[in-house]
Order: sequence, then C-alpha cells, then structure tokens
Amino acid sequence: MAGEAEQLRLRSQLSRLRSLPLLRGAKLSGELERLQRQLDRIVAEPSDEEIWRSVELARHPDRPYTLDYVERLLEDWFELHGDHHHGDDAAVVAGLGHFRGRTVVLVGNQKGRDVKERTRRNFGMAYPEGYGKAMRAMELADRHGFPLLTLVDIPGAYPGVTAEEHGQGGAIARAQALMARLRVPVVTCVIGEGGSGGAIATALADRVLMQENSIYTVISPEGCAAILWRDAGEARKAAAAFKPDAAHCLELGVIDAIVPEPEAGAHTDPDESARLLGDALAESLELLETHDGDELRRQRRVRFRTIGQIPATR
Amino acid sequence: MSERIDVSIEHRHAPPDESGRPHPNTCPKCGSHYRDDELAEHLNVCPQCGHHFPVHARERIQQLVDADTFAEEAAELRSDDPLGFFDLRPYPERLAEAELSTGLGEAMVIGRAAIEDQPCQLAVMEFGFMGGSMGRVVGEKFARACEGAAERGAPLVSVTTTGGARMQEGILSLMQLPKTVCAVEDLHDAGGALISVMAHPTTAGVLASFASLGDVLVAEPGALLSFTGPRVVQQTTREKLPEDFGLAESNLRHGHVDAIVPRPELRPTLGRLLRLFADGR
Repeated sequence: MAGEAEQLRLRSQLSRLRSLPLLRGAKLSGELERLQRQLDRIVAEPSDEEIWRSVELARHPDRPYTLDYVERLLEDWFELHGDHHHGDDAAVVAGLGHFRGRTVVLVGNQKGRDVKERTRRNFGMAYPEGYGKAMRAMELADRHGFPLLTLVDIPGAYPGVTAEEHGQGGAIARAQALMARLRVPVVTCVIGEGGSGGAIATALADRVLMQENSIYTVISPEGCAAILWRDAGEARKAAAAFKPDAAHCLELGVIDAIVPEPEAGAHTDPDESARLLGDALAESLELLETHDGDELRRQRRVRFRTIGQIPATR
Repeated sequence: MSERIDVSIEHRHAPPDESGRPHPNTCPKCGSHYRDDELAEHLNVCPQCGHHFPVHARERIQQLVDADTFAEEAAELRSDDPLGFFDLRPYPERLAEAELSTGLGEAMVIGRAAIEDQPCQLAVMEFGFMGGSMGRVVGEKFARACEGAAERGAPLVSVTTTGGARMQEGILSLMQLPKTVCAVEDLHDAGGALISVMAHPTTAGVLASFASLGDVLVAEPGALLSFTGPRVVQQTTREKLPEDFGLAESNLRHGHVDAIVPRPELRPTLGRLLRLFADGR
C-alpha cells in the first residue's frame, strides 16, 4: 500500500498527465477508459520487471519500424537517398510526404525485418553518412519551412572502424548543432530504442515524445552492465538502475508526453499504433505552429538548457 | 650515504604497485621513469620519447594561463543523485571518493583567465574525477562557461579528457549532449568563439557534442579521439583495428581535427589563436 506522500505524488503525476495536450483532444474521447487504464499503469512507478519488459518490447522483432509508420501516416512519400557526398546509409531513412494535409520532412532510423534486410540496414546502426543524410533532409525542411518529424529507433551509432574514420562523433555533434539552428517546428518520437548519442543526433526537438514501450538510454543496458558490473549478463540490473522507460523519462522531464500503444504492445496492432502515433505527432505540431521560427529555436535551446536542472548550490 | 629512494631515468623500469599496474610516472611507451618534479618540469611529457602523460585540471590551467590570472567560477556546484543510482556501490559514494581524491567538486573546472595577455574563458576537464564523465554539473558548468565567454566577448578554450557521459545519471547525462551543443550555438550566435583542445582521451558523449563543435579543433599527440573505444569496436565487430585506431594522428589524416599540437607548444598556439580571434572583432 502506497503511503500518503506517495499517493499524493501519484495523484499530481496523474493530473499532470491528464493535462497533457496529447490526452485532451476530442479525438481521444471515445477511448478515455482504456487510456485511463494505461495511465494507471504508466503512473504507477514501474517495477524492475516492467522496465525490463519495456526493453524487450522496444526491441521486439515485430515492432513497427519507421517505414511501417511512414506507410500508414504519410501520403506521396518521396524518399531521399544519400548524403550527396559519400554514401547512402540504409540505417537512416529520410523523405518528404504529406502528413494530414501538409508537407513535412521525416527522418527516422530503420531496422530490417528479415536477415537480408537487417544486414542491409546494419541492424539500424547508423554511420556518419546516415547523419549526413539526416542533416541534408533537415536543411531542406528549414529552407522550405516544412515541419520536421523524427522517429528514433536505434540501438546505437555503429561502433566500427570505418564509422570512426568517417567521423562518427563529429557527425553526431553537428547533427545536433543543426537541429539547434532550425527555424521550423521539430517533433521527435522515440518508437523503439533511443540508444545514446546515435539517438540524440536526431532528437534535439521542440517536443519529444516516447511510445509507451520504448526506451531512451545513455548506454545500452548490456554496455552499462559490462562497465559497471563487469558482466554484460547483468543488463536487467543495469536497466533497473538507469531507468530507461517512458514513465521515468517523463518524470525526469526529458520528454513531454507518452504516446499510448495498443494494449499488448505496438507490434500487436501496427495500424492502431500508427493512428495513436499520428494523433500525437499532429497534436504536437498544432501546438508549435503558432510560434515563429526564431521563437521556436530560442525555446528549443532553453528546453535543453534547463532539462534536469542541478540542485540548488550549497 | 643514504640509500637512494628516488627512481630516476637510469632505472628504466620501476616496480609495479601491489595491484600490478605500472607506476603512473613510468612512461607506457618507452618505460622511462621519472620523479614528480621531473615530469612537472617537462609539462608531463616524456623527455625521452615525447609520450604525453595525463595532466590534472589544475596543473593544466597552470601550464596554460598567465600567472595569477585564473579566477574560478561555479566551483560550488555539486552533483546529486537524481536516479538513486546503485551499481556495485552507490553513486554518492563514488562522487565523494572522487572529490576526495581529486580535490575538485566535479570533473570540470571553469573560470576566467588570460593566455599570453589575451582574455579568455576556460573549461578544463579532470579525468581523475570519475573518468572525466559528463553529468549534469559538467554540462551546466560548460553552459555557464559559454555564457561567460559570450558576455565578456572572449573566446572559450575547452580542454577535454573524458570517457563520455556519466552513466550514473542515466538519461539526464545523455541530455548534456544537446545542452552543451545548444550552449555552443548560443555562443556562436553571440559572435563568440570556441577553441577545443582534445587531450587523451576524448571519447563518446563529449566527442559527440561540444568538443567537436569548436571553431578550431586541436588535439594532443597520441590522444584517443573516438566515439567508440577500440575495445568495444573490436568486441562488437571483430574487425582488425588499424594500429593508430582513433588516435589524434588518424583523426588528422582523416580530416577530423585541425592540428596536433605537442604540449610545450600548446600555450603559444592558444595565444596565437586568441589574438587572431580578438583582432577579427
């Protein structure tokens, strides 16, 4: 039984969640009961088992990937290829499309469904060329005033010799710097694994969302376990310690809202997942469209300047 | 005559300590061994082979700035434990231990200074403080250093030595990447400059954020500058690594840094860059 203070905390969390624009719209009114159930689950402090379940669902082989959502949410999709400089990284997709009546640019990480495609897409792990492609698409969006949507689903930037020789660290830094300069609305949703630097490279957004069963991490649970526990097998313990689930990320102020998934996870009903994701992205864009470009950019920087404020100085 | 206790250059190999680690004053490249004062006199560079030993933040500042010009800022900032993080030991215990062993409140020291009479802002990292890892306080200090540089119209010189983001602060440490990136962007918008000096090692989250965004990127000889370290690359990919994988020399060859500057030339080099940026204003 939760103590009084704990209940108070939960209630305030719940009211905060309720007040989120994402859950306010009439579009969702028919499903309030189901949402409430999900909220109850989200709001309760996730147990270690629930955190690990998020890790597993975020990596589920049938989980919808970026192109599954593109297919369901964008019309007239035109995919852009290559960084127009060195190569085309299939682990990152970028393109133009109509989203609910307006042209947007979408950038996303892409994993493969079968062995052949997985290899071709390098298990979703981007090279610097992938960030080059992403940056080209972002610049295009900025130039023409198209809102930018990014979907994050990456285990981590690729840790290989060629990736290093092509400047992996610098590419991730410059992609973020570019996002900090954009004068168009930017909305990011983590749709699976938000793996470290590889993820933040395309996540410096005005509004950052996470799907209910996605994770957002500074290092993979296995990597953290290998370093701090000296045993990659302790990944569960590591995940429980660094709390990569959506509920904790919301509580820490890292994300703005949680996007609900179908009851048993996004992979059980991709169409419904896409609808829920589409609603959330549209609501976020709506919130941003009244701001002018300079104001968006200023507020975006303030957002990241103030996330996770340090405690008052002693 | 009393027995000599100091081991000097002629004792090519000092005995390892009880843990089996080589003595910190023994050159890992040529095996030469030095007294503390010998190393300090040579800016912690091996006089025999040129190997660059690590430099603590305070020592680095002393090596670089004009005497008595450094005024530290935000020294009072301390990390707390936002996640209640516990691995084999609680995070607050690791923090306390790091503070005791380094005498620093966090893994970065910031402040105002002058180098060869040129005013500048400094942000210097300390590897001895939890591997120079970047948590919220390091991010905050760097952001304040950017703001200070912008306000004073003086360039910011950062010296990095770090393993990356601090795992113990979880996702909040990842958020220091965009935070420091935004700070650099604000500095640039205000007309300020960032000179990034990358010492060994500058990896992962810091390489993937502010360290790579300098107007000028300078590396120390032999410094490891890679997003992923060689051990993890080897384990993950089973690729054969080039001998100079991720080192400053490899980064220069592949076009990722502007210059490799040996430590004795660092101060004059920074002086020259600061004059160049000052004269353009």
